Amino acid sequence: MKQSLLPIVAHRLAILCYIVFALFPLFWLLKVSVTPNDLLYSEGVRMWPSRTTFDHYAFVLRHSAFPTFFKNSLIVSASTAVVVTACASLSGYALSRFSFRAKYWIVALMLLTQMFPLVMLVAPIFKILSPLGLTNSLTGLVVVYSAFNVPFATFLMQSFFDGIPKDLEEAAMIDGATKFTAFRQIILPLTLPGIAATLGFVFTAAWSELLFALMLINGNDAATFPVGLLTFVSKFSVDFGQMMAAGVLALIPAGLFFLLIQRYLVQGLTAGAVKG
Amino acid sequence: MASIEIEKLEKSYGHVSVLHGIDLDIRDGEFIVLVGPSGCGKSTLLRMIAGLEDVSKGEIRIAGNRVNDLHPKDRDIAMVFQSYALYPHMSVAGNMSYSLRLRKTAKEKIGAAVAGAASKLGLEPLLERRPKALSGGQRQRVAMGRAIVRQPKAFLFDEPLSNLDARLREQMRAEIKKMHADLKATSIYVTHDQIEAMTLADRIVAMHGGVVQQVGSPLELYDRPANLFVAGFIGSPGMNFLDAAYLGGAAILKDGSRIAVNSPAAVQEGSGLTLGIRPEHIVITTDGSGMRAGVELVEPTGFGIILHLSMHGLPVKVFTLDRQALALGGEVTVSFPAEHVHLFDDEGKRIG
Ligand SMILES: Nc1ncnc2c1ncn2[C@@H]1O[C@H](COP(=O)(O)OP(=O)(O)O)[C@@H](O)[C@H]1O
Ligand SMILES: [Mg+2]
Repeated sequence: MKQSLLPIVAHRLAILCYIVFALFPLFWLLKVSVTPNDLLYSEGVRMWPSRTTFDHYAFVLRHSAFPTFFKNSLIVSASTAVVVTACASLSGYALSRFSFRAKYWIVALMLLTQMFPLVMLVAPIFKILSPLGLTNSLTGLVVVYSAFNVPFATFLMQSFFDGIPKDLEEAAMIDGATKFTAFRQIILPLTLPGIAATLGFVFTAAWSELLFALMLINGNDAATFPVGLLTFVSKFSVDFGQMMAAGVLALIPAGLFFLLIQRYLVQGLTAGAVKG
Repeated sequence: MASIEIEKLEKSYGHVSVLHGIDLDIRDGEFIVLVGPSGCGKSTLLRMIAGLEDVSKGEIRIAGNRVNDLHPKDRDIAMVFQSYALYPHMSVAGNMSYSLRLRKTAKEKIGAAVAGAASKLGLEPLLERRPKALSGGQRQRVAMGRAIVRQPKAFLFDEPLSNLDARLREQMRAEIKKMHADLKATSIYVTHDQIEAMTLADRIVAMHGGVVQQVGSPLELYDRPANLFVAGFIGSPGMNFLDAAYLGGAAILKDGSRIAVNSPAAVQEGSGLTLGIRPEHIVITTDGSGMRAGVELVEPTGFGIILHLSMHGLPVKVFTLDRQALALGGEVTVSFPAEHVHLFDDEGKRIG
């Protein structure tokens, strides 16, 4: 027993270090958001201010356009997540289960789309969207985000489908199911963790996307939250307190979302499908 | 229940040919075992019958109807997979009733069918559990239960016992045999284990390299193997093979020993052949007659004893129930009774 204690302690310590490292910026965000403006620069570097206030939150919620940004972001991110996950489920299933002629080239093409720095694409995309009336609109953002996220989400979903034994579908078909019934009643329920992960991934990606939101949108009406954060940066100063308060608020939906899906994320639902 | 006919069936994946013209007539209610080494195409054949693989050439008929282009769901067969393929998100009862629910069977009927199958397999206390919470043997039973809840035209088994430990395998083997005696359903059972094949089959289909080598009852295959492959595959420990030449009504071994044999059908004087004899048929003589052989190794199995002998450098295995053999060492004399000697020509075909 005595010998095995050291590795355990080291292991726990390593995890602790990792967690502290990962969470420290979030803690700082929280700390600054509750620090009164007059203490922000006067107290030096402290772990926690001597006095806390929720003034920044109140201001952000009452007197800024933040609620609009928030709503826009929610609409864009949720729509993108749903659209992308639906497409990626179907295409991922096809890549995992069917062999068809152009499969290799389709996969290569999808990989290719992932290689370009997005900045290169801003101008052409603006050119395409503007005659369609999709600039300065949430729909336009959903279209662009979906296009960018479908390839990766497809690969993600494919790997989840690959993890589900083919035997299960075959057993279902022998039991009397059509291919589609087998997909819907057997495969899809088993892919829920994968679907949850994909939803979460795409939602977060869309939630924090700045470049295209900045380029395609002007004005506050259709601005998403990352663009909105920039409004706290004025020519002469940055209002850190309000910016951080807005940031904390923006974390809430993402946090809630993961809370909802974490049950599926950690659940190894396919365990026990095949021999044990 | 139904008969199954397979005619000139071929399967290829691209340019790779896997099955080369299989012909097989399976009678209504018969228990057929497909046996052969791994990779010989047993699963492929079974999956073609199930409709999970396309037919490249030839025809499959179930109950007289051509099913080549029929979807698996319309073939009305049940299959037990090696991996069991239980639906992880359904309870044991849900797994067993799935096929009936898909057919929109009445609730009471489903309940009765599941209860019936569960009691046959001793699954009653487990009905509400998920597959995850079952042992390997229990999962195997659920897979069997899923197959027997409805009355399909035929049962297909693809190595259903190979993931179980030896003791359980023996037990399930007997249960499958009992179940077949009970249901009398046409069954096709794939295995690479010749003991399973021998114990279960009405008829064995021995396969090798995508070709059927021999079809017959277990004892036919044991007593009169059609070729070297079947002779070597059936039986454990495996048959001894010795190169010989046919001269004057006897087989002359490399070392010059003469072995009297029943004269084979058509063989020329002086032509080469392979002599086969099962370890359990070799007699250890005590009167000094027969051929001399050195004892290399003695393996007691509890039930009997396997002796590894060397006859002038040729390895020969002997299986005996005589415990005195344990004390043997040095040299023994053995004889090959003519009625147990198999002869194969230089192409491996049985000639006597
Ligand atoms: N999808 C496939 N593509 C190409 N070759 C295959 C495929 N499935 C099986 N084979 C080949 O067919 C042969 C027979 O396989 P299988 O029927 O699974 O053998 P068995 O069940 O007798 O062990 C093997 O050599 C295998 O490599
Ligand atoms: Mg196989």
